[in-house]
Amino acid sequence: MSELLIKNGVVYDPINGVKGEKKDICIRDGKVVEEVKNPKVIDAEGMVVMPGGVDIHAHIAGGKVNAGRLFRPEDGRRGLRPRTKVCMPESGYSVPNTFATGYRYARMGYTFVMEPAMPPLAARHTHEELIDIPILDNAAIPLIDNNWMTMEYVKSGDIDLLAAYIAWMIRATKGYGVKVVNPGGTEAWAWKKNCDLNDAVPYFDVTPAEIVRALAEANERFEMPHSIHVHGNMLGHPGNYEVTLKTYDLVKGITPYRDRPVMHATHTQFFSYGGTTWRDFESKARAIADYVNANEHVSIDIGSVIIGDTTTMTADGPMEYSLHQITGRKWTNHDVELETGSGITPFLYSGKVSVHTLQWAIGLELALLTKDPWKIALTSDHPNAGPFIGYPILISMLMSKRRRDESAKEMHSVIFDRAELPSIDREYSFYEIAIITRGMTARTLGLHEHGKGHLGVGADGDVAIYDISPEERDAGKIQKAFLNAKYTIKGGEIVVKDGEVVSAPPGRTFFVTPECESGLMDEMTAKLKEMFANYYSVSLANYPVQDAYVPNPYEIRAPWRS
Amino acid sequence: MVEITDVVCPLCGCVCDDIVVEVEDNEVKKVRGACAVGKSKLMGHGRIKSPAIRANGVLKDCSYDEAIKKAAEILAAARRPLLYGWSSTVCEATKVGVELAVEIGAVIDNTASVCHGPSVLAIQDVGLPSCTLGEVKNRASLVIYWGANPTSAHGNHMKRYSYISKGYFLPGGKKDKKLVVVDVRETKTAKMADRFIQVEPGKDYLFFSALRAILYGHEDVVPDDVGGVAKKELLELADMMKETPFGIIFFGMGVTQSRGRHNNIINAIQVTRAAHTHTKFNIMPMRGHYNVTGFNQVCTWETGFPFAVDLSRGFAWYNPGETAANDILWRKECDAALFIASDPVSHFPADSIRHLARIPVIQIDPFANPTTEFADVVIPTAVSGVEAEGSVYRMDGIPLRLRKLVDTDYPSDEEVLMRILEEVRAIRAKEGE
Ligand code: SF4
Ligand SMILES: [Zn+2]
Repeated sequence: MSELLIKNGVVYDPINGVKGEKKDICIRDGKVVEEVKNPKVIDAEGMVVMPGGVDIHAHIAGGKVNAGRLFRPEDGRRGLRPRTKVCMPESGYSVPNTFATGYRYARMGYTFVMEPAMPPLAARHTHEELIDIPILDNAAIPLIDNNWMTMEYVKSGDIDLLAAYIAWMIRATKGYGVKVVNPGGTEAWAWKKNCDLNDAVPYFDVTPAEIVRALAEANERFEMPHSIHVHGNMLGHPGNYEVTLKTYDLVKGITPYRDRPVMHATHTQFFSYGGTTWRDFESKARAIADYVNANEHVSIDIGSVIIGDTTTMTADGPMEYSLHQITGRKWTNHDVELETGSGITPFLYSGKVSVHTLQWAIGLELALLTKDPWKIALTSDHPNAGPFIGYPILISMLMSKRRRDESAKEMHSVIFDRAELPSIDREYSFYEIAIITRGMTARTLGLHEHGKGHLGVGADGDVAIYDISPEERDAGKIQKAFLNAKYTIKGGEIVVKDGEVVSAPPGRTFFVTPECESGLMDEMTAKLKEMFANYYSVSLANYPVQDAYVPNPYEIRAPWRS
Repeated sequence: MVEITDVVCPLCGCVCDDIVVEVEDNEVKKVRGACAVGKSKLMGHGRIKSPAIRANGVLKDCSYDEAIKKAAEILAAARRPLLYGWSSTVCEATKVGVELAVEIGAVIDNTASVCHGPSVLAIQDVGLPSCTLGEVKNRASLVIYWGANPTSAHGNHMKRYSYISKGYFLPGGKKDKKLVVVDVRETKTAKMADRFIQVEPGKDYLFFSALRAILYGHEDVVPDDVGGVAKKELLELADMMKETPFGIIFFGMGVTQSRGRHNNIINAIQVTRAAHTHTKFNIMPMRGHYNVTGFNQVCTWETGFPFAVDLSRGFAWYNPGETAANDILWRKECDAALFIASDPVSHFPADSIRHLARIPVIQIDPFANPTTEFADVVIPTAVSGVEAEGSVYRMDGIPLRLRKLVDTDYPSDEEVLMRILEEVRAIRAKEGE
């Protein structure tokens, strides 16, 4: 029996309503308990204690992440760190190797990360990398929106069969839910075309709007822990905020299976643009935040920019191509038969460039203008708007108006004309930071019911202890504290001490098993078999991810809602 | 007799996964759906019978324990060890290989170093607009093989994935598709082509440059003859590329290993990008061994770099030209080598092989090959995909799991490496005391 007692810390545990109270946390055999008898003791006097961080959206594993590593040795060389007694060597900045990914998140006090874009056909690859990411519990969401089967069922209006298909896909990929990335547009990209929300997808005769609506309905056929997770159409285009709001409106009125939104709209910064070209480009964060403030059916994560060089990567192939055309930098594209695609290109966010300055402002504005922090998550869409290692910078920006003002002064003056940021006074508290990095994310993913994101009795013994006074407002000190936790505890085991990894146990992979009525499943499978026999380049029998790729499984069953 | 369907072939980068195999008395008796070389691999042939250690110039049979101990002693004592091969084994073995490399501060490298390494360098310069093979099957109305001869090297490639296969948008199969072959000689594949373009050896770079100029609208700068090809032919090829709604270039070692090497590939990718300004165009390397891609994948996610990784400083240092297998052999730095699932002695330059004769060599392989003659420790293993399962990556990056078809007494590559690693750690722990 292993016991741990964290004494005297100031605890922020939003899911349990604990707002900075001096409180002891007891852990036995990996779980939070009422009391312990003979524990190892950590004295957290004067320190901030939070549940382990839960990242709702970061591209950390799989084919396109690895393609990013492979074609950017110059990035790999930026993060070299030799092996230690417990750690494998680290490399990379925006595209760290798997080991560095685990260690760096753990040093920041995170214990769970969601990989939000798994191409089903290459799901095995995603899982192979997840196995090699130490410490972090994880899950991955398969892309199911540009799939030919999806579009056929959307066209025929068979939501139940669509539900059977997504059930099959989530099971076959050992996935967590339904990911949407440029619905219809990625299929169109196979012909070098793209789709706006109401354009017909070439040859398939459905619109992106119809796809999104149908997937949201199909997802709610099950007791799914998470809503559909949506990267909509027209990402990164000036003036796209209108498409964004229309996309949100599509799913209004659909009843979620439980008290949660029906759509999680991800990296919203890239979708909150006004203007008609890059010349009159402006922030529309206010319009988006107003919508989110007024509605309950959508949650968002900010996808905030971190100034510097990074690697952009998404299943949104046409978007990456436009980016490559703007910068002229190297570009990789990888379309995936019958399912999805991907594009990758390096990108430098510069505070001297007007557009980048506005992008930077928009992400922070979203966080500051959305009133209820339970509707918003902290992300940088790692590595798209910047690498996750920049989260402590974002936290310090949200917590310090002074830091934002100082930064704004260094940036392009457009920030004073076409963004609202300089006039916003709001500063996040530690409690609110705990919400947008733990409480909200765990709840939105439905993980709070499985021990993540809180410190109530029965929760996983995942704790972050930051060496900072709850009174501290100095941005530099805040940033430093969140970059290197005093302690990170994962499942009751100390994995980080004084900012160094001292133990690197394997993480667990969470996956959902949607349960579908067998009649529906049979009807769907007949069609699926045809698809495999005629159009896929692999056999149906070799397609599903074998158990060997999920050595530390955590299954969540999602029964059919009657 | 048991019939096993959907068998995954462990031979070439096509990784066909629809093979049917009949097993009787723990032996593969019949194979359907594989090409000739794939079939012969699945049927099995001459194996190394026993582990062996060389003494006084002769390999002498020994136990696995003795061979593994000897291998570990060699590696633990080495100051500049090399771990090389990996392209015909599964990713699980590679993972242990990386761990071993970290433990002993080795250089780890795979056969890409001497085949598609230049392609990797080119991708690091310009990227790679590509797709999965099913995309090609369903959409590509123009298929170009460039310095590649799939009829001999990738027997099922055209049938399963490209020119001969039927696809969703091309239900007529080859009736709906055009095949172009560019090569220095008229290969079997060239004979099937709608159009064969014969380039003079070593002139690929010129040819790509001219084609690229035409695709970007600068045909006026192109001379009448480019590397033995008439300008008219080039213009026609460019038109075919512009007009197809979806085209692909498959390139092989004819381009990567001819004069210009990675510069050829950079140029070929630039040609693809030029064509992509008109239509959808893709390019893909014809990777040879079934898991040469898989090594590059694992090595990249674990160390950050795809091949030629030097771990002697404790962190990963990647600098091909300094850190590839042949670099440390030429410079006579390497003082012990472990070769797994490969035959460097047949493929390395003479200088490297001369150095190999001077240093202890460990071989892990199911089959004897010319490298065996140089080996001081030989450890036979199970044949992945026949006697052991595991992950592999097809040439287009699609991961598949090899199946185990029959039982064996041979340990898997992964097992042998794991035991060597444990033994090395034990030796080091003792030295530490
Ligand atoms: S083409 Fe390659 S993978 Fe397919 S059967 Fe032949 S050798 Fe095996
Ligand atoms: Zn994303």
